[in-house]
Amino acid sequence: MKTVKQNVTNYLLRHVQVMLFSLGRLWRQPLASLMTVVVIGIALALPAGLYVLLKNIEQVSSQWDDAAQISLFLKQDKTDVQAQILVNKLTTWPEISAVNFQSASQSLEEFRQLSGLGNLLDTLPSNPLPAVVIVHANSDNLRADAMNRLLSLLDALPEVEQTQLDMEWLQRLRSINDIGQRGISILGLLLSLSVLLVIGNTIRLAILNQESEIRVIKLVGGTNTFIRRPFLYTGFWYGLLGGTFAWLTLLSTMSLINGPINQLARQYESQFTLAWLSGSMMLILLSTGMLLGVMGAWLAVGRHLSAIEPR
Amino acid sequence: MIKFTDVYKRYTDRHEALSGLSFQLAQGEMAFLTGHSGAGKSTLLKLIALIERASHGQVLVNEQNLTRLPPSKIPYYRRQIGLVFQDHNLLHDRTVFDNVALPLVIAGENNREIGRRVRAALDKVGLLNKERNLPIALSGGEQQRVGIARAVVNRPPILLADEPTGNLDPDLSRDIMHLFEQFNQVGVTVFIASHDLDLIQTMPYRQVILQKGRLAQQAER
Repeated sequence: MKTVKQNVTNYLLRHVQVMLFSLGRLWRQPLASLMTVVVIGIALALPAGLYVLLKNIEQVSSQWDDAAQISLFLKQDKTDVQAQILVNKLTTWPEISAVNFQSASQSLEEFRQLSGLGNLLDTLPSNPLPAVVIVHANSDNLRADAMNRLLSLLDALPEVEQTQLDMEWLQRLRSINDIGQRGISILGLLLSLSVLLVIGNTIRLAILNQESEIRVIKLVGGTNTFIRRPFLYTGFWYGLLGGTFAWLTLLSTMSLINGPINQLARQYESQFTLAWLSGSMMLILLSTGMLLGVMGAWLAVGRHLSAIEPR
Repeated sequence: MIKFTDVYKRYTDRHEALSGLSFQLAQGEMAFLTGHSGAGKSTLLKLIALIERASHGQVLVNEQNLTRLPPSKIPYYRRQIGLVFQDHNLLHDRTVFDNVALPLVIAGENNREIGRRVRAALDKVGLLNKERNLPIALSGGEQQRVGIARAVVNRPPILLADEPTGNLDPDLSRDIMHLFEQFNQVGVTVFIASHDLDLIQTMPYRQVILQKGRLAQQAER
């Protein structure tokens, strides 16, 4: 009598053998297998790559969160003293974390330095620039609706001629980012479907190729489970290898653009560094590949295996 | 061991391959199934191997009623029957050893047992030294012997053969038939479809003769 332990060992051993056997099959047709793997790899790399891109954009925009500021241009007739009273008042507002004041003459000085039009400015009869109060929003009030509420409050102040939110473009970027995220989800779904179909079709061809072999196995008492197994493992390998290919593609793409990105970041005096594929991302990529592979194989085997019966 | 009771087999085109066939084979018996081409020999074997099902009537094999056997049980049923074909039905991308091992692998035997039994079967058919070869490297007679080794490797109680000597010259055919006799002598029920009458007449076994899907006569020797 065989013991349970022996049976389990036998069973696992058989699985490992079938696994290696199906890998061997792929190996014996290197070109055809490679093409399938590359197709799967590209289909997986595309959404994953876009996802990484999006992550990086998010990372960049999060660095600019503390740049969420509103410039208040004061009316020309307000004196520096009046402006200082306003500043003191604003500092007490709970929505506001910090307030900076820049007087009209400071504005002129700054403009003179940055524009290089110093001599021209000297010919002007009076300072055309307004005094500016720069308000930094509290970090709890960075969301668009809170910012807009604060903006309208500030806009209503009698001393203020005009307000300008320096965040608007950032919010737009965030919105675009949101759209991008959905787009990538849809793209990922569609490409996953195509991986499923590619693997399904490849397995279907493999089944047709081995039709006579399947007949023989059925004749000598092979169950459907037994016949299905190598095809499922073939799907597994396609998925795993495709996932690996996708990962390597992304990795090499990123190392190619890493240099120029760092250079660009330095030019903008940014601390930005490219966010790479994380370990968990790699695991997700590989396991998605494996899952799609096995599922595609399962669909193909389910459809075509029962049609093959001994004659 | 094998019992047909009033068995009919009709195909969709109203062609009746077997009509009201009744006969039986005792356990441990060896018999030949003969008749002209198209007499229904292959159909009869297919009914026993459950490749086809009877349209009407009862087929009992090894005390199992095949009319009632659900499809999911068919693989396990077939493991009780060794099948030998005219065209061998070997897997050409696997070695002789792997071909013979197939029924044992399917049954989930462990590697040690597989090695032992495959070599015993190959020894029996005289091909022990060819276990590493691919079937394509063997002669027709040798390929047929690999087929026989595969059919008997899991020691089935019944051995069916469909024209096993169809492509072989008389000397090789006699060797093959002798092999079947040896399995019969250790208790296996053997049923061989053949139209090699010259060879069959020289052997002391019953003939089940089919004529247009009916039993013509059973010649006892």
